[in-house]
Amino acid sequence: MDLQKITFRINGQVWQGQVHPMKRLLDTIREDIGLKGTKEGCGEGECGACTILLDGIPVMSCMVPTCQADGHEITTIEGLESQGQLHVMQKAFLQEGGAQCGICTPGMILSATAYMQHPEIAQTWANALSGNLCRCTGYTKILAACSSAQKDSCCHHCDSKTTPDC
Amino acid sequence: MRTNIAEYSMISCGSLVQALEAMDQTPNPIPFAGGTDLMVYLHFGKLPIGTYLNLHSVPELRSKIEITDQEVILHGLTTYMDVYTHSFFKSEMPILQQAASVVGAIGIQTRGTWVGNIGNASPAADGVPALMLYDADLVLASRQGQRRVFLADYYQGYKKTVRLPNELILEIRIPRQKINTNSFVYYRKVGERNAQAISKVLLAARLEFWPSQTIKDIRIVYGSVMPYTYRMKKLEQHLLNQHITPQLIAEAVHWVGHDLKPIDDIRSNAKYRRKVAQNLMEEFLTQAQANVVFSEGK
Repeated sequence: MDLQKITFRINGQVWQGQVHPMKRLLDTIREDIGLKGTKEGCGEGECGACTILLDGIPVMSCMVPTCQADGHEITTIEGLESQGQLHVMQKAFLQEGGAQCGICTPGMILSATAYMQHPEIAQTWANALSGNLCRCTGYTKILAACSSAQKDSCCHHCDSKTTPDC
Repeated sequence: MRTNIAEYSMISCGSLVQALEAMDQTPNPIPFAGGTDLMVYLHFGKLPIGTYLNLHSVPELRSKIEITDQEVILHGLTTYMDVYTHSFFKSEMPILQQAASVVGAIGIQTRGTWVGNIGNASPAADGVPALMLYDADLVLASRQGQRRVFLADYYQGYKKTVRLPNELILEIRIPRQKINTNSFVYYRKVGERNAQAISKVLLAARLEFWPSQTIKDIRIVYGSVMPYTYRMKKLEQHLLNQHITPQLIAEAVHWVGHDLKPIDDIRSNAKYRRKVAQNLMEEFLTQAQANVVFSEGK
């Protein structure tokens, strides 16, 4: 099967390449684009390690064939910081010790960030992160980081109280 | 990954007309929607080699949920998350919203589609029982035209459906329900854990009482028990116009034990499934009865 020309924006930059349409977006991101922050855990849509944001919404990149990203907007963990400043969620994970081995961390942080921006997608933090498994079982600190980020983001943008329990 | 993707073809069409033409002219075309099922097979080297049709490139299938006075229309690529976040369902079709929230977790709900759940024809589908509960209809389309099929008549056996090889499931149409204070809805999925689990047994059911405790209308749909999503029409008929009494509940539980021929698979066995299916029936009718007594008390 011929490769296909695929174009999308990733972390704000336009990317174009020749890719097999069924190649997992996870592999395109890691191999063709060279961004290794997105991790592969189970490869079967169970663990959430490969979570990225597609048009701002969390998806598992091992389940998306690259042709379905054509024309869309992707954010990976590398794209969360802005002008050398870590995202409030990244800072919170650092402060609270929300990462141990680190494999689940990029997906965890992206899922958490998406929930902070789109509170309608889940009922609670636990629910929002239920598709992101941490084999180190560091959930207590992960949830503490989420609450802390939420408080911080409220303090900095008091007029936009985005989450239900804010 | 254990698969050489070079062996696969994937076609992207820019319109529904082109997609239906491709479905017509490709030998054994396989529609590819959210990928939450097919990509798992790909990973394990078990996806059949062939030509797949990328539905995401077809703008008609990406249309937003439509709500008219008579019906709700879910399109080919409507996801679980689209239903979960739409305010309409909370008040009028809460079971659809509940079903959306128990499929996988967020990362599955944002990609997986209702139509894919139907097309895939897994006995363990979580979305299909909820749709069947609300009397959903399917619109199937091919180059030759469109036809409507009642979802409860769509399955004929394990992975056997009435869809022709060149047809796409275009829409799911659900008649709007009359909001009735005398109705009771029930949806319970039994799995290994709350998130990221595939059902072992699922019961979706609803009934309406009128007058008093007489059952006026009832739907009973089991998932993950029979080789396909199974609506128990005969039991529904039997329960119509009856009062819910302990004796009737015992009869229904016995009926379920007798009528269901549960599957044995990696997730559970027939004996366990039969027993749990019976327990769920008991719980449904008991709760329904308590509910009607409570509403009369008010």
